[in-house]
Amino acid sequence: MTTDTHLISLCSKDDLVPNSGVCALVNGRQVALFYLPEDEQVYAIDNHDPFGQANVLSRGIVGSIADVPVVASPLYKQRFSLVDGQCFEDEAVKLATWQVELKDDVLLIDPTPR
Amino acid sequence: MNKTKLILIGNGMVGHQFLASLAESGAADRFDVTVFCEEPRLAYDRVQLSAYFSGKTAEDLAMGQPAQYAEWGYNVRLNEKVVSIDRENQTVTSDSGVELAYDQIIMATGSFPFVPPVPGHDREHCLVYRTIEDLEAITASAAKGRSGVVVGGGLLGLEAAKALRDLGLETHVVEFAPRLMAVQLDDAGGKVLRDKIEDLGVRVHTGKNTQQIVDGENAVHRMEFADGEVLETDVILFSAGIRPRDELARSCGLEVGERGGIVIDNDCLTSDKNIFAIGECALWNGRIFGLVAPGYNMAKVAVAKLLGEDKQFLGADMSTKLKLMGVDVASIGDAHGHTPGARNYTYLDEACGVYKKIVVNESGSTLLGAILVGDAEDYGTLLQYALNGIELPEFPDSLILPQRGGDGKPAGLGVAALPEAAQICSCHDVSKGDICQAIDNGATNLGDVKSCTKAATGCGGCAALLTNLVNHELESRGVEVNRNLCEHFDYTRQELYHLVRVDQIKSFDELLHKHGQGKGCEICKPTAASILASCWNEFVLKKPHVGLQDTNDTFLANMQKDGTYSVVPRVAGGEITPDKLIVLGQVAKQFNLYTKVTGGQRIDLFGARLEQLPEIWRILVDAGFETGHAYGKSLRTVKSCVGSTWCRYGVDDSVGLAIEVENRYKGLRSPHKIKFAVSGCTRECAEAQSKDVGIIATENGWNLYLCGNGGMKPRHADLFATDLDKATLIKYIDRFLMFYVKTADRLQRTSVWMDNLEGGLDYLRQVIIEDSLGLGAELEEQMQQVIGTYECEWKKTIEDPEALKRFRPFVNSEETDSNVVFVMERDQIRPATAEEKAANTPAVPVKMMAS
Ligand code: SRM
Ligand SMILES: Cc1cc2nc3c(=O)[nH]c(=O)nc-3n(C[C@H](O)[C@H](O)[C@H](O)COP(=O)(O)OP(=O)(O)OC[C@H]3O[C@@H](n4cnc5c(N)ncnc54)[C@H](O)[C@@H]3O)c2cc1C
Ligand code: SF4
Ligand code: FES
Repeated sequence: MTTDTHLISLCSKDDLVPNSGVCALVNGRQVALFYLPEDEQVYAIDNHDPFGQANVLSRGIVGSIADVPVVASPLYKQRFSLVDGQCFEDEAVKLATWQVELKDDVLLIDPTPR
Repeated sequence: MNKTKLILIGNGMVGHQFLASLAESGAADRFDVTVFCEEPRLAYDRVQLSAYFSGKTAEDLAMGQPAQYAEWGYNVRLNEKVVSIDRENQTVTSDSGVELAYDQIIMATGSFPFVPPVPGHDREHCLVYRTIEDLEAITASAAKGRSGVVVGGGLLGLEAAKALRDLGLETHVVEFAPRLMAVQLDDAGGKVLRDKIEDLGVRVHTGKNTQQIVDGENAVHRMEFADGEVLETDVILFSAGIRPRDELARSCGLEVGERGGIVIDNDCLTSDKNIFAIGECALWNGRIFGLVAPGYNMAKVAVAKLLGEDKQFLGADMSTKLKLMGVDVASIGDAHGHTPGARNYTYLDEACGVYKKIVVNESGSTLLGAILVGDAEDYGTLLQYALNGIELPEFPDSLILPQRGGDGKPAGLGVAALPEAAQICSCHDVSKGDICQAIDNGATNLGDVKSCTKAATGCGGCAALLTNLVNHELESRGVEVNRNLCEHFDYTRQELYHLVRVDQIKSFDELLHKHGQGKGCEICKPTAASILASCWNEFVLKKPHVGLQDTNDTFLANMQKDGTYSVVPRVAGGEITPDKLIVLGQVAKQFNLYTKVTGGQRIDLFGARLEQLPEIWRILVDAGFETGHAYGKSLRTVKSCVGSTWCRYGVDDSVGLAIEVENRYKGLRSPHKIKFAVSGCTRECAEAQSKDVGIIATENGWNLYLCGNGGMKPRHADLFATDLDKATLIKYIDRFLMFYVKTADRLQRTSVWMDNLEGGLDYLRQVIIEDSLGLGAELEEQMQQVIGTYECEWKKTIEDPEALKRFRPFVNSEETDSNVVFVMERDQIRPATAEEKAANTPAVPVKMMAS
């Protein structure tokens, strides 16, 4: 991946919890960050649960469905792909995702959602 | 092609079976089918009717589904009764005046409950027990009354008695014959059954001939019997037998039996070749069959005949096994020994209330019949001996005598010994051969076998035998039974538990790498977390465990609909000092939390933001509170009544014991939540019999009840042991809880676990009281380890800066979640609705810290 000039620094690697989520504010919007050390990857998706109508996705359980990393909402258990935000229970629901990158223990993010 | 015009009259259980069989035959499109259904709903499971009183709804009981019938292409006329058949012009007329032409008719009109024509039988609150509407009427009458009488001590009568008792009525059974269940049981069996039922608080009056029913003095009715005695009661339920509904057949001139019933031949055809009759309305060979299995067979014969296939109805086995008020009762074949030369063997244990009798032929080589009361475990085996003429062992009594001591294995009959033709499921006529066939055709688990053969989907009586057979057949084919937890682990919860213990596994990653695949999920992670906690009791917020937990466990609080949390400190036994009460009030006030007394005798503070939790708990812990584990699959509350200390009726200190056991088991992680209650006397103000573990004081110690449940499917706890001293009581509970923790499935409450436990209550007693598995000491030791390593999770959390980091709302900001908005209602906060948020209703300002 090429480092993009749009990227801004968000937090340190220490702020992330391995195999679990935390939340950050990016331009007033809540972004859920998930750190999967095994894949050496951080994923960023919308923290707002469109089913439960609350900002809670960073507090869900991380897992996989046939190798796609997912998070299950803590409210009503719908699962969302961490890669592209697609909901597995409802085809019509797809969350915003952000491009993030770990660089020297600092997490960088492109503040414009994809 | 011209379709055959087919009319089905009656959409009961058998009518439904007919429609299902016709659809399955694949030939339904050769017929133009119209169904007349007198009741306001499609067919439902009458056999399970009583379950309606234990929480099942009409939907749960439904068999016929409108969408399914539509898909099969049937026209259904609900709430519409056929009032006449014109056989000459081949038309039927309904009560709404519709007239339809037919080529063939299937009559499946069932039967109605017989009500003896004694004067007063038609008074208000004199009811019967056959339809869902009847049950609604019974519930309504029971709500107004205190006592109820069932007239008729047969199978249905006793089921009705259970229903009345469950509705809280003082219950009586009045029977004309000298014993209960006269058809199926003999005098000795009837007596054992009567003793057991009376022990359960139902009064039985046999040899009573009701003369008339008049106004009562202290209750709604007064029943007067031929012997001069009287009985007063508020509700009367008639269950004195059934009568075939043959009125329609009679009026159109079909042949009917002398005592009722539409006469049919082996093809299920009536005296009119265009009209079949099936189910309880049909009279075959002078007999009415009051069970559903023979009706199902008739339905299949009728379908075969319509399609020109060769199949006949040749009678049915009337053996039955049931649980009446928790008492096992079974009757097989020639139970009364009417066969010439028949000989009996009997076994009677009055102490435990067990009676067993087998009837064998003159030479002692084959089993003709049997009666079992109080313990019907041998039913499956005996039935197979009787149905298949399997040669009896040298000493036939070995089949019913208890096996004690030594290595004498029960003389049961292994499923391997059954012949291919052995009938496994009588409801759906499924043989061992059919089941082997299904497995050979690719069924790889019990569910598959059930769905393709229908075995065990009727009365369920054959379920245990079927499970044994399927497992045996699969294993003999080298197939493993799939009970996998999820896509990441090819193991059951119980197997994972053993792996964790045996391999001394301490983290999810280790477990996943050694025994699983993928990344895990919201099913296996919390399961593993719970197992790890029950085994090693490590701090749940330790780094490796953090991501495994549901949010509630992660943040040690219950998430509410708006993403805020509730705070529930432990209030053991519901006992709380004024000072502590004041602290709760102060905390609630400082942080402006919504406050409510819970159903578990403690206090819940709602509306705490993630970042407020540590500060709130710091104050609570300082004041001596501990976490209440309201978030955990673990011990919740031990409710108590005030007991002997204050209450004028109390016989022991229920509060003291409640506090002691709550403190003993707090923190124990388990497959599902666990609740206790302790009552100080039999009035049971703590509702102990609805709990996983219920304890009630007696004059001589404590009675222990296990596996009760409130919630969605309430279950009364079973009385497990009586008059225990405290040490024994605690020992049994230690063993029970640990055995449950080790063997239950994920999210299985003790009630469901018990209902699935092979051998049921008796088996549990053997394991826990008699220590039949030799596990007792180990279970106690493991419990001791859990108790010894208990720590309050909140106390640890507020002392651990690493763990506290998790409670920051944002890693890069001190702001709070602006989506959480409260408004005031009844002087307290509540989450604002979406409309209120949109309308900017004045919100309550956030109080971050204690002021
Ligand atoms: C707070 C409370 C209601 C109240 O305001 O009184 C409550 C609240 C919840 N109950 Fe309950 N139950 C509460 C007493 C009960 C009781 C009464 C009792 O314990 O005597 C029952 C019936 C008894 C029983 O469990 O057998 C009860 C049966 C359930 C059930 C159904 C369980 C079942 O086996 O069918 C659930 C659902 C579940 O656990 O799957 C449930 C689940 C819940 C959950 C966890 C639902 C959820 O996921 O949000 C609620 C969250 C609690 C919270 O946010 O703090 N709650 N719940 C009560 C807390 C008691 C306490 O002090 O801990
Ligand atoms: C409480 C209870 C417990 C039972 N337990 C067991 C058990 O454990 N095991 C067992 O094998 N059996 C049991 N039975 C018996 C079992 O329910 C019956 O054998 C079975 O329901 C018979 O089915 P059926 O279709 O012949 O009659 P039903 O189920 O009675 O159906 C007949 C239907 O036809 C309708 N009908 C009648 N006349 C007309 C008309 N002219 N036009 C339109 N519709 C009409 C009726 O309204 C009814 O809906 C139990 C019965 C009860 C009541
Ligand atoms: S159960 Fe007994 S001791 Fe407890 S309050 Fe009721 S009457 Fe009193
Ligand atoms: S015997 Fe009734 S379901 Fe099998």
